[in-house]
Amino acid sequence: MSSKTVERVDHVVIRFAGDSGDGMQLTGDRFTAQSAAQGNDLATLPNYPAEIRAPQGTIAGVSSFQVQFADHDVNTPGDAPDVLVAMNPAALAASVSDLPRGAIVIADSDEFTPRNLTKAGYTGDPLDDGSLDSYQVYAFPMTSLTVEALSSFALTKKEAVRAKNMFALGVVSWLYSTPTEPTESFIRTKFGRKPEIMNANLAALEAGWSYGETAEIFAVSYEVAPAATPAGTYRNITGNMATAYGLLAGAHRTGLPLVLGSYPITPASDILHHLSELKRFGVKTLQVEDEIAGITTAIGASYGGAMGVTTTSGPGLALKTEAMGLAVMLELPLVIVNVQRGGPSTGLPTKTEQADLLQALYGRNGEAPIPVLAARSPNDCFDAAVEAIRIATTYRTPVLLLTDGYLANGSEPWRIPDLDSLPDMPVEFASGPNAVDADGKPVFRPYLRDPETLARPWAIPGVPGLAHRIGGLEKADVTGMVSYDPDNHDRMIRLRQAKVERIPVPDLEVDDPTGTAETLVIGWGSTYGPISTGAQEARRDGVEVAHAHLRHLNPLPANAGDVLRRYRRVLVPEMNLGQLTVLLRSRYLVDAVGFNRVRGLPFTSTEIAEAITKFAQEGTL
Amino acid sequence: MSTTNLHLDPTGRRPGLFGVPTLPEGSPKLTKKDFTSTAEVRWCPGCGDYAILAAFQSFLPELGVPRDNIVCVSGIGCSSRLPYYLDTYGMHSIHGRATAIATGLATTRPDLSVWVVTGDGDALSIGGNHLIHAIRRNVNMTILLFNNRIYGLTKGQYSPTSEQGKITKSSPMGTVDLPFNPVSLALGAEATFVARTVDSDRALLTSILRQAAAHRGTALIEIYQNCPIFNNGAYELLKDRDESAARLLRLEHGKPVRSGSRGVVRDGDGGLRIVDLDELGPDAESRLVVHDAHAADPSLAFALSRLESPEMAGVPVGVFRSVSRPAYDDLVRDQIAVAVDAAGGPATRDDLAALLAGNDTWTVG
Repeated sequence: MSSKTVERVDHVVIRFAGDSGDGMQLTGDRFTAQSAAQGNDLATLPNYPAEIRAPQGTIAGVSSFQVQFADHDVNTPGDAPDVLVAMNPAALAASVSDLPRGAIVIADSDEFTPRNLTKAGYTGDPLDDGSLDSYQVYAFPMTSLTVEALSSFALTKKEAVRAKNMFALGVVSWLYSTPTEPTESFIRTKFGRKPEIMNANLAALEAGWSYGETAEIFAVSYEVAPAATPAGTYRNITGNMATAYGLLAGAHRTGLPLVLGSYPITPASDILHHLSELKRFGVKTLQVEDEIAGITTAIGASYGGAMGVTTTSGPGLALKTEAMGLAVMLELPLVIVNVQRGGPSTGLPTKTEQADLLQALYGRNGEAPIPVLAARSPNDCFDAAVEAIRIATTYRTPVLLLTDGYLANGSEPWRIPDLDSLPDMPVEFASGPNAVDADGKPVFRPYLRDPETLARPWAIPGVPGLAHRIGGLEKADVTGMVSYDPDNHDRMIRLRQAKVERIPVPDLEVDDPTGTAETLVIGWGSTYGPISTGAQEARRDGVEVAHAHLRHLNPLPANAGDVLRRYRRVLVPEMNLGQLTVLLRSRYLVDAVGFNRVRGLPFTSTEIAEAITKFAQEGTL
Repeated sequence: MSTTNLHLDPTGRRPGLFGVPTLPEGSPKLTKKDFTSTAEVRWCPGCGDYAILAAFQSFLPELGVPRDNIVCVSGIGCSSRLPYYLDTYGMHSIHGRATAIATGLATTRPDLSVWVVTGDGDALSIGGNHLIHAIRRNVNMTILLFNNRIYGLTKGQYSPTSEQGKITKSSPMGTVDLPFNPVSLALGAEATFVARTVDSDRALLTSILRQAAAHRGTALIEIYQNCPIFNNGAYELLKDRDESAARLLRLEHGKPVRSGSRGVVRDGDGGLRIVDLDELGPDAESRLVVHDAHAADPSLAFALSRLESPEMAGVPVGVFRSVSRPAYDDLVRDQIAVAVDAAGGPATRDDLAALLAGNDTWTVG
């Protein structure tokens, strides 16, 4: 019935921000599902405080969720919000500097009380002191409108107020013409056993939509057309869920039961939560006493013939170090997932960073090579986890999978894979003697290697005739007996190294549209989105730049050196002080230059584009 | 949850071995030799470990299970070399972590008889956390804790069971640390089976191994073990025939706790004390504490564990506590079984596909 105009836009960035008790993560997540359901491509960035309930109304307590949705392929949650939903003054204060001129600000005016303004550091009321004049501000009393809309329900005031996030979601859903059905069915499922709460939330959502439609405040509404995405069935997925499902699917393809040993740690705990829900798939999750027990129970499980996995974040990885060395020595399959966060020490537990690369590659005593791979996007966590299990089982080695806080909590549409499209990775346990001794008697040699993969037999307890002892002491080549022989040690060190180095990994692909770029920008892990988008932006400004992105950090792709040496200038953006730069420079003797930001936040594509442009033109940053 | 009576034995077998295959009917009986590996034993001459190894190897055939279904996991230290000498599956792992590795293994494989060999440094210092948590969870495994009250492999530093004031390489003026009492510690950690024995008492050690193997859940056996090089004679008083008769309080379920001419009575403060039977008068026997290893309340077992003192005036040995409680690994497997049952059977490929798809999908093209 609305006579207002609907304007078509190609992409929108919305940030929902409020107090950590305001339900902003849920609101953002629901809006994401709605926009995904209408076929937009999207990427999200949740951002919340480490404290579960920071002091109410303060900037420290602001929780936000940013989503970019578009009619085309997007790889980042967007640099600057086109729309800020601010549920209180602190949410406004925390985000206002990120807003470009002309951005829309939707604020709950009920919350802009003198007390809340003071808590947020305001001396006046920004809603009417003119300080927001360069934005389109829509302030209305969301809390009281919600309470009023729910007046017929048997709810306490507090319960009614809690539904204001659904009111806000209704307003924004109307403003961007996104269908609310996915949220309605979500509310029906979530509150099915509490009909009053269920109906109140549905009513608040409906009231918000109607308010947008009928109140004479918004001059126009918008719509974003579906993106042209490859055919298939899609869902929205976070990196941590994709990791959990990838581990399960990988184990499924090997035919092995999955056993997780884990200790809760932000931002990795969701993987433990997701896998704990999968008991009917035979998944055993052991929440144990510490990080060391997490990895050692997983080693015990792998020794017993299961797919042992442990999940953690940086500080936990440090604690697992010695046991990772044991797994190298035992040559048993094991997957270690490190969801990187800001460090060192406790650092920034809820923020993202990629400063554990050198720890992953080298952080163990002795020569202890471990294959390392890194996921590039939330849904890539699935494929990377499958690949980690494939390498672990094929080569009988621990494998380190790096993701980070941005991937872990961020989400994007995921084309649900056909299980048959996943690699086949059958596992065979040793079943009998594999050699003969000097007298010609059949014997079992636990460290006799497959000539191609250099993997040793996976000989699990319970198999008759194969009883043998393994351990952390140096093993004699072939027999696996304890050996202090100098030549044997040198040989075993080189064999373990060669086993990892010989793992075939796909060649590094280069995105170089003109084929004549002289500047290469290369990254790894979660910077894929901002770097690829930043490179596109730079190209639009006439800068020729090639982009390559590493998934395998150990071993590196065989063609990596050739690729790097093809370019006059090499730029390496990283959320650390230059760890990949160090690796590339030392390994390939190229003059790679780092572009480094360690702010606990992903790069923006704009800052990447600016760095590329300057570097391509001037050769320095 | 459908926890079946895991501690009851419908087949007459040892509950600790439920799920572990038996030797095929008619197969030759195993002997000590079958459990002896070809590795050269490299403990110091006179080490108490030899006696424990021999008793252990002699006992294992009794289990009646294939040696391929026995796994011995150890940490680091002199005692932790034991798996190399045992011709079963084995893992000599890293310092302190054997109980955690064994937890992962036992939870994964109900068909294995899992043993952990550890020492006072390995189990109580660097591995203390894993030990108490394995015990509280009641993972189905037997832990042999060799307690020689010294660090041997690193050549003679004090351990968490060294007596206070002990002069060692790292404590030239004597230790200031108060030692742990491993039995008290285990009881505090909700142990379901705790025993103590002495390396040289083969009959007692064998009897305790038998009871521990039958126990479903974590069984902790503290074994007083002599280190002839760095702490020689630590338990000499308990090995001398006359002295030991007077000092060892041999715990037997349902029997009064006594040793020679002395016995154990309750003191007024909820604890126990050792008295000369003469002091108790004519009805001395009836005033002695009667051991109840199966009591639900661990207080008596704990009070008995506190009788141990540096002077070794009265040292209880035998089984302090043996009670039934569902084992962690069984409960973990039970939950899987319940979830699978509730879903109508094991997950299929289609179930996995449905899981990946979730509830919120959309289709393009």
